[in-house]
Amino acid sequence: MFTGFDFEVIQRSLPYLWQGMQFSLGLTLLAMLGGIFLGTLLALMRLAPYKLLSYPAGAYVNLVRSIPLILVIFWFYFLIPLAMKKLTGNPYASGIGPFYSALIAFTMFEAAYYCEIIRAGIQSVPRGQASAAYALGLDYRQATTLVILPQAFRNMIPILLTTSIILFQDTSLVYVVGLTDFMGAAGKIARRDGRLVEMYLFAALVYFIICYSGSYFVKRLQARYNVGR
Amino acid sequence: MDFSFLNQPAFSGGGVYLDWVISGIKWTLLVSVLGWIIAFSVGSALGVLRTTPLAWLRVPATIYVETFRNVPLLVQMFIWYFVVPEIVPQAAGDWLKTKMPMPEFWNAVLCLGFYTASRVAEQVRAGIQSIPKGQTSAALAMGLTLPQTYRHVLLPISYRIIIPPMTTEFLTIFKNSSVALTIGVLELTAQARQISEYTFRTFEIFTIATVVYALITLTVTFSMRWLENRTRIPGTIGGAGK
Repeated sequence: MFTGFDFEVIQRSLPYLWQGMQFSLGLTLLAMLGGIFLGTLLALMRLAPYKLLSYPAGAYVNLVRSIPLILVIFWFYFLIPLAMKKLTGNPYASGIGPFYSALIAFTMFEAAYYCEIIRAGIQSVPRGQASAAYALGLDYRQATTLVILPQAFRNMIPILLTTSIILFQDTSLVYVVGLTDFMGAAGKIARRDGRLVEMYLFAALVYFIICYSGSYFVKRLQARYNVGR
Repeated sequence: MDFSFLNQPAFSGGGVYLDWVISGIKWTLLVSVLGWIIAFSVGSALGVLRTTPLAWLRVPATIYVETFRNVPLLVQMFIWYFVVPEIVPQAAGDWLKTKMPMPEFWNAVLCLGFYTASRVAEQVRAGIQSIPKGQTSAALAMGLTLPQTYRHVLLPISYRIIIPPMTTEFLTIFKNSSVALTIGVLELTAQARQISEYTFRTFEIFTIATVVYALITLTVTFSMRWLENRTRIPGTIGGAGK
């Protein structure tokens, strides 16, 4: 079955694959931070008592969650250069480069998913906490940032991390716009050297090891957090 | 917004661009539904296996779930399409490479089905485990065998409990069907991109694709909510009946 399996091609391409992996990890990390930040804002908007805030946020989240990630990536690759032309007033303005386009697409996409998690997290904080904060004279901003969000995030850390592991898997989809993430690097070598079997199986193995250890870590974390509840 | 391009003759295939959109919707639905049939049956079997008291049944199911969940769908798609024909026995590989009808389509269905099965398995397992232990004990005490307990007691209850997460999983496979474009299935997203390349009506065609995805998602969500109400066990609270 594995006769003619060429391990040497993997070894030879390791530096190139590592570059791709740095791209994947960087994209994941930045999109995660941006997504959680935007997701928090969206969640606060959705929970706000003003329809002017909650309706647009709800519409955005539901729309993004009902279309495929690939279509979202295509949308942003099309919209960002247009927006740049509008913003700079220069009809020849180029985009902002493929990395940042991908980053914006993933951040905007993941924000919708993080929003729902964070909303549930905020709602899981007992109402008395908010009332107590207001009774102590804190205003909305103080109550939210000092009382509600810290407790909400503590409950949400495991599921936020699980979502981020899925985000890491999803970054492989930058393939559709030709970027060289880890999978893209593996694919390019696979086609150049005609070593599809070795490279794709190796890519699968690397993704498996990273995601499996990631979810194992999350499970451990969850077990520790659940103590005393 | 100018949608008149939909009536223009398409670059190839003889029809107009609207035909491309419709064919894209058709393939998206076909891939999702056929993939879902695999995902539902294999996933249910795996979910049941993961809850049995027998370790030699539990362990392989766990390995399956962990493997398929921790490898990105795109990588799995390439493995089904490019790697499997190379590592199966020669005769089977030759058949896959030369004689298989619509290889992109069937590989996409298999890939999405077996990938989603790992997620369905987790939902089925969670559903079964949420049933109080007393139900199993009572069923066994009444003389039901273990398979009978699953068939008549555990599964009928858990399938009702997990309708909402299963709806999410179906919508996930429906959205994930767009990954099939990477191996050449011309489903809705692929058609949208192709039409935008031929007509430069990118904004319009992406809007159409977005609306179609959103409408199908809405339809599925509402019909499943109806089903959830219909199948609710009398006396339980249930989420949708409020």
